[in-house]
Amino acid sequence: MNNAYEKVKLSRAKDRPTALKYIENVFEDFIEFHGDRYFADDPSIVGGIASLNGIGITVIGIEKGAGTKEKIRRNFGSPNPEGYRKALRLMKQAEKFSRPVVCIVDTSGAFPGIGPEERGQGLAIASNLMEMMTLKTPILSIFIGEGGSGGALALAVADEVWMLENAMYSVISPEGCASILWKDSKRVKDAAESLKLTAQDMLELKVAEKIIPENKKDFSVMSRYLKKHIVEFLKEKQRLDIQTLLEKRYQRFRAYGEFFEK
Amino acid sequence: MLKKGLFRNPKNELEGSGKRRKSVSDKKKAEGMKAQFVCPVCKENMAWNEFAENYFVCDCGYHYKMGARQRIDFIADTGTFRELYADLTSKDILSFPEYAEKLKRAQATSGEKEAVICATAKIAGIDCAVFTMEGDFMMGSMGSVVGEKITRLFEYADQNKLPVVGFTVSGGARMQEGIISLMQMAKTSGAVKKHGDNGGFYLCVLTNPTTGGVTASFAMEADIILAEPGALIGFAGPRVIEQTIRRKLPPGFQTAEFLLEKGFVDRIAPRSEQRELVGKILSLHEKRR
Repeated sequence: MNNAYEKVKLSRAKDRPTALKYIENVFEDFIEFHGDRYFADDPSIVGGIASLNGIGITVIGIEKGAGTKEKIRRNFGSPNPEGYRKALRLMKQAEKFSRPVVCIVDTSGAFPGIGPEERGQGLAIASNLMEMMTLKTPILSIFIGEGGSGGALALAVADEVWMLENAMYSVISPEGCASILWKDSKRVKDAAESLKLTAQDMLELKVAEKIIPENKKDFSVMSRYLKKHIVEFLKEKQRLDIQTLLEKRYQRFRAYGEFFEK
Repeated sequence: MLKKGLFRNPKNELEGSGKRRKSVSDKKKAEGMKAQFVCPVCKENMAWNEFAENYFVCDCGYHYKMGARQRIDFIADTGTFRELYADLTSKDILSFPEYAEKLKRAQATSGEKEAVICATAKIAGIDCAVFTMEGDFMMGSMGSVVGEKITRLFEYADQNKLPVVGFTVSGGARMQEGIISLMQMAKTSGAVKKHGDNGGFYLCVLTNPTTGGVTASFAMEADIILAEPGALIGFAGPRVIEQTIRRKLPPGFQTAEFLLEKGFVDRIAPRSEQRELVGKILSLHEKRR
């Protein structure tokens, strides 16, 4: 019964590899670029260009930081609006130079604080949702740990979403859900179960296309697996003309939702 | 309580200026004695019927909540309202605890089937696609039905070359539909983008409160964003922020006026001015043939 909450804990485990480790191991020659060109550089989001089997890729990741000092510097992977704006700037650049975009998602959510509200957190996320929907280049989002609500979705309006075996994706954290709905933080496990937030749930609900098997002992097994599949994804998507790609992306999201009519 | 067409045809300029009218019939007075509105800000009493005639705005400027149907009545030209997608109702897709009962209760208390009303209507004589949200329906939260109705409305407006006028009030995405609620943010954003890319005009009025997944999607995606005075508008809710940063928020934080100062809304629009203002903006966006 409480399997879902175990997965949540795994997705947040302190020793879990963070975005930069994936970027450095799956891609070659990663060059990081900084700043949103308006306000600041947000260390919670890393981005830049890299190559994959000789193909130029724009890579963007939400970085939680490895080690306490880094975690604090990177705000535990809770981005500010300037992080989302940097991501969008790099995506627009990718579109201009016909580079595919790969996003690595790992966040408990967009940062809830005074600064982010003053600088338009809601607008920053909304802009990414709109612009990614029509970005004229393939987009792939890979969830490696936590996928917390709008702050994760802002890097996941993609042609495909892949989940690591123990990653999660949810509209709200199980803690938030339990406290708001039941005013009882002890019901976190029930909330985790009810929200349907595991990688397996995402596959069933068609929110994700693929589950990536994890290998705790040997990271290179996972990175080789990812590399192989990303190359295949790119081959497949680059065969499509842009209009078809965008129409498929629109329909992918258009299809979400079930309701009664009449 | 509120008669249809109550807001039609102001008889004089003063009526539209937010001033309280003095002449109230004896019958109405009697009704008013039964139901008094006590303003939470200035603590003044006001008879309900008088309050309703004043667009539910207190003399001190406090804007009280307004139902989705009252909104449509308020903004649309008399007799031009045609509701769309009224048959859509929510499904308990994840078998989420207590969701089915909550939906029933929300329908009973709000008198609406879901948290948004979509329609075509004329505003100041101009054909529009209109949506108004219902705060009394599970805090105006967005699940599959809200997402679907908003998306259909923008697609309809795109096909029929109509401007969209919307009024938001929402606590955000609806937890009880889990990740599918989150997906509605992307779905609606896609439809707003398509409408806009094809030249469609979208005006949104943010009302109290507009937060979470609605702020981070179609509320903030309008070409022109108006906000009602004093409305709470933000991504994260104030309580969540206080818990995270472990201190009190400054007064006025996340109000419409705060967003205006920070540059995130175009104008503050008091209710008494909305009809005229929205009408003028719409007429300036009419396509020349």
